[in-house]
Amino acid sequence: MKFEGRVWKYGDNIDTDVIIPARYLVTTDPKTLAAHCMEDLDMAFAQKVLPGDVMVGGRNFGCGSSREHAPISIKGAGVSCIIAESFARIFFRNAINIGLPILESPEAAQEAEKDDVLTVDLAVGTITNHRTGKTYQASPYPPVVLGIIQAGGLIPYARNILGIQITG
Amino acid sequence: MGKTLAEKIIAAHSEDKREVSAGDLVTVKTDVVMANDITAPIAIESFQAMGVDRVFDPDNLMLVPSHFAPNKDIKSAEQTRTLTIFAEDQHLKNRFQVGRAGIEHVVLPERGLVLPGDLVVGGDSHTCTYGALGALATGMGSTDIAFAMATGKTWLKVPDTMKFVYHGQPQNYVYGKDLILRTIGEITVDGALYRSMEFTGPAISGLSMSERLTMANMVIEAGGKCGFIPFDEVTQAYVEPRATRPYTPYFADDDATYISVHDFDLAGMEPQVACPYSPDNVHPISQIKPEKVDQVFIGSCTNGRFEDLAIVAELLQKTGREFDPNVRVMIIPGSQAVYLQALRAGWIELFTMAGGAVSVSTCGPCLGGHMGVLAGEEVCVSTSNRNFRGRMGHRDARVFLANPAIAAASAIMGRLAHPDEL
Repeated sequence: MKFEGRVWKYGDNIDTDVIIPARYLVTTDPKTLAAHCMEDLDMAFAQKVLPGDVMVGGRNFGCGSSREHAPISIKGAGVSCIIAESFARIFFRNAINIGLPILESPEAAQEAEKDDVLTVDLAVGTITNHRTGKTYQASPYPPVVLGIIQAGGLIPYARNILGIQITG
Repeated sequence: MGKTLAEKIIAAHSEDKREVSAGDLVTVKTDVVMANDITAPIAIESFQAMGVDRVFDPDNLMLVPSHFAPNKDIKSAEQTRTLTIFAEDQHLKNRFQVGRAGIEHVVLPERGLVLPGDLVVGGDSHTCTYGALGALATGMGSTDIAFAMATGKTWLKVPDTMKFVYHGQPQNYVYGKDLILRTIGEITVDGALYRSMEFTGPAISGLSMSERLTMANMVIEAGGKCGFIPFDEVTQAYVEPRATRPYTPYFADDDATYISVHDFDLAGMEPQVACPYSPDNVHPISQIKPEKVDQVFIGSCTNGRFEDLAIVAELLQKTGREFDPNVRVMIIPGSQAVYLQALRAGWIELFTMAGGAVSVSTCGPCLGGHMGVLAGEEVCVSTSNRNFRGRMGHRDARVFLANPAIAAASAIMGRLAHPDEL
């Protein structure tokens, strides 16, 4: 899977309360959540994000609450991939589980600037910055995580494990 | 080679009970699975999307309406209703009706539903609270919770463990809250990322269970996966009369491998306060500008227990003071059992006479949900666990995290204050 998108650049410790404030957690609808994504930090994001854009963060991206609404709102906004120096662990699992690609690459995250265009090749874990021409190798996924990604998220992964066939 | 608490509990819950070491990926059996009114609706959707009919263990799935409870609006009411219907359909043994329950992390230990040696996954980041009982407890998102609901299992990476040793006699009005705030201040909000934290030393042995729960509660604020306070006579005295089933305490080996050891000399330490907008922006109270306060919140899964309210009651009784009339003082017991205890102690009257607003148990204001949402540029002293931008309301509101004594003194003085100033 390959994505190309424009960068929305944020700093360290982006917490799930700024990704999606609790006042909006009365719905699970991705589009409704997306309309308020990042609004306490960056009002422009929800208004101007384009399908395929890439979100770039610093250290400990997604820290705080376990709310799955956080990656759901980012995915709902059309973001194709998140790249960060590191991810908070609950957010990391949540993003993988709902099929939102995330890659850990300190160099790619540090060197990307707002509005840079990045190409992400998920199959091999590479990130290319069009402005600098530089290509970065992201940290590899642990085997279980790879299995969940290959299944298309934790729901289909669980069906495989439980031997459940969904028809129709 | 010796093992840490995380290694021992994960090994005991692994499919083949094999020995594990930090870094291993392991599928483990879960003892308790939990979700609340925000995380359960997605967990239930995901569970149903997995195509599973029945939950794996209806006796140990806890769905607790706490965050927007009692329902703050129609949408939150609909969310809670999905929990109620699911609990009925799946014949869940334990129910947590408003008026009979409260905040999950106060209620579950109080009712003996989480126990030493358990492996607990919860759809709430503060699930790590149960580490105070010697359980391996960690927060996860809704779809992970759905998987555990369906299979009774989850996957974990065995974490590295950081050991924290506390000793020395701090100043008065220093509690477990101050120990954990100072720790987060030193290691920062990602200092324990993906790791387990073991809290040890003479100063920990002397802590009440309430203070231990406060400390373990904020492990996530350092990025930790789980935290532990070793099982001892305090744990046993708390758990024995409550336990709903047999349990096995585990102990770290003396020669366990720790990725780091952190020594804290508490001698002369003052109460600690986390300033906006991060739980690691921690300073001793004497070094913080005594800002005027608009709201004080005493409650939450961090400091909403009987012992926390006792600190406030004692300060009011000792000084004979009331709360400053310009401050909204929200006092919210962490569970209805705590509420009843406080009522019987005469504290509901005491708090109300002092000008405090005492409410039914809820997470409410901690997450800017309801029952005390902050306006822009308002200042709040809160006994809760997070002061991120926008956490308790408007993005420009400023929250100072502190222990109940600092919160109560600030409520009385109308500004950030130390109880010695009263």
